[in-house]
Parts: sequence; structure tokens; C-alpha cells
Amino acid sequence: MVKYTFKGGIHPPYNKWTTSKPIVRLEVPQTLYLPLIQHTGKPAKPLVKRGDEVKKGQKIAEADGYISAAIHAPTSGKVKTIIEHPHPVLLTSYPAIVIEADGKDEWFEEPKERPNWQESSPEEIVNAVREAGIVGLGGAAFPTHVKLSPPKEKPIDTVIINGAECEPFLTADDRILQERPTDVLWGAFLIKRALNASKVYIAIEDNKPEAIKKVSEVLKDFEGFELKVVKTKYPEGAEKQLIKALTGREVPRGGLPMDVGCLVQNVQTSLAVYEAVRFGKPLIERVTTLSGDGVKGSGNYLIRIGTRFQDVVDMTGGMTEDVVKVINGGPMMGIAQYTLEVPVIKGTSGILLFTKKYAKTFVEYNCIRCSKCVDVCPMGLLPLMLVDYIKAKRFVEAKEKYGLLDCIECGSCAFVCPSRINHVQWIKYGKQELRRLG
Amino acid sequence: MSEKTFILSASPHIRTDESVKKVMWFTVFSLIFPAAGAVYFFGFYPLLVMVVSAISAVVAEAIMLKLRGRDVKQCLDGSAVITGILLALTLPPKYPLWEAALGAAFAIVFAKQFFGGIGQNIFNPALIGRAFLMAAFPVDTTTWTPTRFIKPDAFTGATPLAAFKFSKILTPYKDLFFGNVSGSAGETSALLILISGLILILKGYVDYRLPLSYILSVAFFGGIMWLINPHKYPDPLFHILAGGLMLGAFYMITDMVTSPITPRGRIIYGIIAGFLVVLIRLFSGYPEGVMFSILIVNTLRPWIDRLAKPRILGEVRK
Repeated sequence: MVKYTFKGGIHPPYNKWTTSKPIVRLEVPQTLYLPLIQHTGKPAKPLVKRGDEVKKGQKIAEADGYISAAIHAPTSGKVKTIIEHPHPVLLTSYPAIVIEADGKDEWFEEPKERPNWQESSPEEIVNAVREAGIVGLGGAAFPTHVKLSPPKEKPIDTVIINGAECEPFLTADDRILQERPTDVLWGAFLIKRALNASKVYIAIEDNKPEAIKKVSEVLKDFEGFELKVVKTKYPEGAEKQLIKALTGREVPRGGLPMDVGCLVQNVQTSLAVYEAVRFGKPLIERVTTLSGDGVKGSGNYLIRIGTRFQDVVDMTGGMTEDVVKVINGGPMMGIAQYTLEVPVIKGTSGILLFTKKYAKTFVEYNCIRCSKCVDVCPMGLLPLMLVDYIKAKRFVEAKEKYGLLDCIECGSCAFVCPSRINHVQWIKYGKQELRRLG
Repeated sequence: MSEKTFILSASPHIRTDESVKKVMWFTVFSLIFPAAGAVYFFGFYPLLVMVVSAISAVVAEAIMLKLRGRDVKQCLDGSAVITGILLALTLPPKYPLWEAALGAAFAIVFAKQFFGGIGQNIFNPALIGRAFLMAAFPVDTTTWTPTRFIKPDAFTGATPLAAFKFSKILTPYKDLFFGNVSGSAGETSALLILISGLILILKGYVDYRLPLSYILSVAFFGGIMWLINPHKYPDPLFHILAGGLMLGAFYMITDMVTSPITPRGRIIYGIIAGFLVVLIRLFSGYPEGVMFSILIVNTLRPWIDRLAKPRILGEVRK
């Protein structure tokens, strides 16, 4: 079989310890924290105030503007307050609706099958997705209804369902593909329908044989669908790399997948689209991988959005005493947390707890120009030159001569660097300075 | 709020086990084959030269780091040791110890530390050391000794390159390949260097493009000259096996710090260097051209890197 791939990339230890652990539904915690921003774009506007009674699935914050997403109550209870609370992505506190659960877990509107959902019009699909507050669940959290409404002059012919899941440790998408392949494909069917696309590719890395098997078993029922086994390599699941690997098309610099007629959606997003369109179910829970050597009950859990990391850990068997690092997301692109108070939000694909064994800290050594970073860069950049220019505060030149803004911050360069240079940190700083310069 | 605080750092949160120290020390140990060859062919004295040269390089590095207010422990990262040993391997087998020590110290101080230490130098330090010794002690640096397997009365005192250049004597390929010829301590055996070089390539510390383009370029340009006049110019295989080309191809031109960072740049770099080897070997007053060819391309590196910048994904080139 042809295995699709891209140029560059790395092979970190994958440590997919939880591949064979079925998805387990986690209890609803006593208190849930729902930050008003859980997506790319403008924060949502709260529709509730302190003391309000809310029901499960009730919209508690509405999208504010086009690029924004609604938020729904994950369970029934009372709005305790709206307060600044630690945020897992912003790394600062941000206003969050705090809900005190009443334990009844009553629906505002019980999800029920819509008649003829398979014949939904593109408008109906996009509408259902918007109403459900769905965002990209792979981590970037871009509002899905926006992606499903490309401008007319940029028609999309190819939908790619991204099941590569190239981040080490994470297995949530893998499990979903193993357990609910048909539902994921129905979601892809609806996405394809919304866009009037002709092809759907399901991309899965070859280190997930079970998922590949399950998907290929149900695939034949879907017309225009194709399973594409991609090489296990990081960052195989990066949007631009995946498009290049599967279609040979290159997203132009500074452009978007729709510029080359493609749309990439994560497996779990596809599932959420399916549930929203067929049952009208809002996005109030997601599957997240809990893993790392500091975790006692590692596994894949269906968690209500708003559940604190602390509650996730407590409800699954706790953690070891010597945990020194907590990550929201995968080890390559995830964000280190200073507290377990942060809640699971829509984009939380993984919660990793590491002891010293994995959470090593390094001191930067002089660059010896070994060029490993050049060899692995999936974007064809020269990371060492970028760092050189950024250190010299030559941000504009870094952008114009060395493509600073083309960096996707996948971290492959920093991973391989024998001098332990923090390329990604430097590059993030460089981009920030560039923005400041205007 | 929980009492516990956690380590904060930018992604990625996992790293390879590689470190500069590992890269450097592995390279040092890979030199065991050419070093063993030097001992096999010339006795234990070359080993002494290597040790003295390496110690001198490390001490010079330590002093300079101290003077520059840097972490003195850096002197043990292995890079100075490589410079010391490589320099020793390019010297005649019976080289005066104090001159070797001086050359190593000069290499570290002038070619490395004055530029800002590891990663900052423009020229290959070992070759600068060699060039310095060649200028300062021309006689000692070109006085050769026979291997243990050559009868002293049959020894002309010339290296195979010099023998051909000045007397049109062609040394047998077998001797060139296995190393039973006069020449610098560590460069006589093409075979042993090839073994070390392949290990480095497999380990990922050497990009095959550099040695390959360099050697093939020498063969190509040397071959053209040989086709033009086979009596005057040696054939391509002789070019490859004789002199310091193999050592230069696997250990000098591949120096990470001073070679291009781009894949295509490395090929261009090797080709230019190879051209220079042939040019110097055939038309200059020197029988050998490896050292100068590499020092000259060292200066071209930034320009080549700019020229050979890889295409960014999604970039449209005019």
C-alpha cells in the first residue's frame, strides 16, 4: 500500500499507551468552569447571570460576531458566578461562567433525531453546527461553521478527515475511529454535503491498525470516500502537510486550505457535526486522552467541557506525588499549565502529567549549525537562521528573508536540536514582536 | 487552589536525547579507526602527538573561556578534542610534539575562540592550525617517514601525490587503499577513514552530500584533466585515494559549524571544493590541495547558504 507523507518531520517516541483503552464517560463534577473564549476569534457573550438556573445543553453564551462560537451548559444546575478563572490556553485568568451542578443532569432539550437529516441542505447543516457551538476539536479550535461556509470563489472539492493524530501520547481520535467509525463517516458525509465537495479522504497514520481496520469495514457504504493510510511521522496531521501528502497540492504561503480546494477537519469535529445535525446535540463534552507517567488512571475519557483538570485526575484514580509538569494537549504543541484548576475546554485533546523522567529542562547551548532543524522542518524553513535573526531583533528580515510567519510551530526543530535551543519559543516571540511593529 | 506548582516552558515538551556533547564525543571516538591506522603504520609516536595536541587544544580552550568570562566546563564538550586529534592526524608521523601543541593552541585561540567559540568560527580550526604550522615550520611539516612495512632504503621521502607530481611515480592502488604509504599520520588509509565516515553518516552526524559531492567532484575534474593528458595528470581513482582527500571529505569539509546548512548548498559547496583540490594539486607548487580547498570554501559558506535556500512549502518561485 502506498503510504502518503510529506518532506521533513521527526519520529518522537509515540508512547500511545492508551490505544486499547475504551472511551469511558466521566462523572459530572460538582462545579464546572466555562471560559467565554474556547475558540479562535471573538469571545462569546454570556446569556446568563449569577443565580440563573440552567439545563444541560442550554445556550449560556452566544457567538459574538462571525468568527465566534456559542457555549452551552454541560449539565443542569445553577450559575454560581462569572469570574476570572485560570485558562488552559491563554495562560492567564479569563472570565468564565461557573456552574454549580444540581446532580440531575437534566436536558434543556433532549437530543432527538431530526427527520430526513441525511438530506439536510447546506444551510441547515451550517446552521446546526453554529447552533451547537462546534469548533475544531483537534486543538486549534477554529469555529467550524466558518470553515463550512467558504466564499463562493473558493469552492472546496476535497474534504480531509484528519485522523492522523501524530502527537505522541494522544489516542482520543484513534479510539473514536475504533469505536464509532460509522458516526465519524456520517459527519464527514454531512461536511461534504455542506460544501458540495466531491471527495472525502480519511487520513489515518499507519500506527493505528485497529482504527484503519474499523474504518475500512464501513467505508464502502459511503460514496466518494477514500481511506488514506499516512506514514507515522510527526507532524503528519498538520493541515498543510496533510493536504500536500494526500493531494499534492500546496497551500500557498499565508493562504488557507480553501485556496487549494481543501478542507481539513479533525475526526472528533466530524463526530460532533454528525451529532449536531442528526440529533441537534450541542457540544458539551469531548473525548480527551489522560496520560503521562504521573497519571494513575490513564485512558480516554468522555469529559464534560468545563471539568477542571483536578477533577479529571481525582475521578480517574489520582496522580503520583512527583508530577512536575502538566500539559493541555500533546507533548509537541501542547501548553504547560501552572495549575490543575484549569478546565477542559473544547480544544483540550489531551491532559498529560509528567514526572521528572519526561519533564526534563535544558539549558540552551551554542548552535553548532548541525542543521538537524533544517532537515526536519516540514515547512522548508531554516529554523536556526530564524532564531539568529530574532535574537538580533531583525524581525522584519526574519519574515521577509526566512519566512518567520510560515512557521507552524510544530516544534520538530526544537525536538531534534542537540544544543537544546528553544526555537519555538524564539519564533513565537519573533511573531509577537512583528505584530507589535504592525 | 492546589498548592502544587508545575514547570512552565514553551513547547515542545519532549526532546531527543542528543546533545552537543554526545555528537562531539561520538565523533572523537569515531576517529579510533584512522588513529589505529596511524599506530599500525607508524608506531606509537603519532598517538603521542594526538594526545599532546588534544590536551593543548583543551587547555587553550579552557584559558580562553576563562578570559572571556564563559563557562570553563565547555572546554570538555569534545569539540576542542576533535580539533586537537584531527590536527595531529594531518601532521607527519614524526612531528615535534611542541610544534603540534603550538598548532593546536593556535587553532583554538585564533580560529575558534577569537570568533566567539563553538558554533561561531568561520574556518575549520584544525585546518587553520595545519596552515599555521605549514607556514611556521615548513620543513617539519613536509618531512615524511616510511611506514613500518616500507624498507627505509626504498623510501624516497615523498608522499604519493608528491611522487607523482614531481617524478611521475604512481603508487599502487592497493597500498593507497590500505594505507601502506607515506603521508600524514591519519590520512594514509582510505579504508579506515571510510569505515569511520560511514559510521558518522549512519549515525546522522555527517550529511552524505558533503563527502560525496566533494569526492565525486575531485574525480570529475581530475578525470577531465586525466583524459586530456594521462601522462601528465593522474587518474581519478588516484586522486581519490592519495593524500588527504578522504580525511578531508569525511572529517574536515563536514565540520558542522563551517559547512552550509542547506542540502543543496552542501552539494554546491562540495563541488567547488573538489574543483579547488584538482586546481591546486595539478597547477600549484603544492602536491596537495585538500587543506586550502576547504579553507577557501569556508569563506563561501554564507553566500552558498543564501543561494541555496530551500523552497518554503507553498512558495511560488519566479
